[in-house]
Amino acid sequence: MSVSALKTKPAIAPRPKSADVVTLAMPRKAAKPNRLQTMAYGFAVSVVPPTLVLLLLLGIWELLCAGPGATLPPPSTIWQESYDLIVNPFFVNGSQDIGLGWRVLVSLQRVAIGFGLAAVVGIALGVVIGQSIWAMRGLDPVFQVLRTVPPLAWLPIALAAFRDSNPSAIFVIFITAIWPVIINTAVGVRNIPQDYRNVALVLRLNALEFFWKIMLPAAAPYIFTGLRIGIGLSWLAIVAAEMLTGGVGIGFFIWDAWNSSRLSDIIVALVYIGVVGFILDRIVAGIGAFVTRGTQAA
Amino acid sequence: MTAYLKLDHIDKSFARGGSTTDVLREVSLDIAKGEYISVIGHSGCGKSTLLNIVAGLTPATHGGVILEGAEVNSPGPDRAVVFQNHSLLPWLSVYDNVRLAVDKVFSGVKSRAERHDWCLHNLDLVQMGHARDKRPSEISGGMKQRVGIARALAMQPKVLLLDEPFGALDALTRAHLQDSVMQIHASLGNTVIMITHDVDEAVLLSDRIVMMTNGPAAHIGDVLDVPMPRPRRRLELVTDPAYLKCREAVLKFLYERHRFVEAA
Repeated sequence: MSVSALKTKPAIAPRPKSADVVTLAMPRKAAKPNRLQTMAYGFAVSVVPPTLVLLLLLGIWELLCAGPGATLPPPSTIWQESYDLIVNPFFVNGSQDIGLGWRVLVSLQRVAIGFGLAAVVGIALGVVIGQSIWAMRGLDPVFQVLRTVPPLAWLPIALAAFRDSNPSAIFVIFITAIWPVIINTAVGVRNIPQDYRNVALVLRLNALEFFWKIMLPAAAPYIFTGLRIGIGLSWLAIVAAEMLTGGVGIGFFIWDAWNSSRLSDIIVALVYIGVVGFILDRIVAGIGAFVTRGTQAA
Repeated sequence: MTAYLKLDHIDKSFARGGSTTDVLREVSLDIAKGEYISVIGHSGCGKSTLLNIVAGLTPATHGGVILEGAEVNSPGPDRAVVFQNHSLLPWLSVYDNVRLAVDKVFSGVKSRAERHDWCLHNLDLVQMGHARDKRPSEISGGMKQRVGIARALAMQPKVLLLDEPFGALDALTRAHLQDSVMQIHASLGNTVIMITHDVDEAVLLSDRIVMMTNGPAAHIGDVLDVPMPRPRRRLELVTDPAYLKCREAVLKFLYERHRFVEAA
């Protein structure tokens, strides 16, 4: 008896402790539903309307293409025929039979190289044009003409020059993306307020310091507008370029599927391209918003 | 006596197309060390152009600026400017705006820790130490101008150039800032040139008031000595006969002898 009584006492003693913890957790519990509610609300507001529209569109599509004379497959047929492409983006069944995720990655690699080069060269040229009135007078008309040349028109020249399809595709990306970067950077640099230039003059900042501390931050909103347009154009161009150059990219996949009459696969690939393009745009816009967070509230 | 800062027969004309416009003609002025000079005149009389010439931001057509016996014709931190619209870099915090100037001016002279302390010291001087981590968009117009003054003071300039520093502020904020500038001038003994169009401000702050005639080809119409002793107190001056006399002299100059003739 006495032993059990001794045992129960320490067993009771920790209880108030655990009760303390519960009371500490109370306010958190009270706050949580609120936060969850607002999060759930935000999620619902941004997800429910597009989902409804998507379902509606899919329904209309199904109705239109369900008949026997339809030339395009309805969603249900696509689901059956291209099941493995939709469900598993990263399968490998052989050198030419790989998931769309892999193909997108190959295309993205080309875009990364081409767009990266375009960003660096474009910002550099844009700075020169924005800073120097003579560089602008000389180069601007040339750029204004060249930028209207459609991306694919560069491809034969690139193929002739590089004698290989991969660098040619990268060149097409580069030459497509560079114009908006150049033009927007130049506008941004030209629009740096004279006040900031005066500050730099009074402080005697040298060219490099001026570039890093005044020019880049002041022109950043413009530069990111150019980069965002550029990445969109790159993604448009890579699909077209890959259709012609072949290889493993998503563009060639579409062309290949067309030649073997796999319409369902093409439609799945289109969805992939759209989603990836959307994500690319969001990434560049997000980086831009982060980098320029102080600049625009001037 | 050789002047600390000498404006030597400055002419300025702008050429556009075939025609040239004379803005300033034969502006000469000797300024002693520690003097507080106000330049007052109607808008368009070339006050700001004169300040920009002293700052080195605009070249003079003829004549020049001599500071401590050496001619200056390019901008530099020895003639720090407080710009009319503060000109703080919006992507930098208050502290970093001052730090940018301090890092540039004292890069070889002061250690990192010393530069940090110097930034804080100058922010405290204008009572902005509490907002060091704020961005310019997060503080009021008067506070921005304080930071602009701190940035200029932090360069330890030989001459402080104020380009209508309080022009964009409301009357109460302006009075506060004027008091701050008076205190700073009293304790540091800066040589100051201030552009203004406010008669009371000019009389309150200055040792001498330079009155410009109307443009084109504006020149110094008159220079008024302001004899009141320092420290000056705003409230006591309201009834001070010397103050009223100075005020009247400037007003008479601006509104009787050189009335502003509006174009069109």
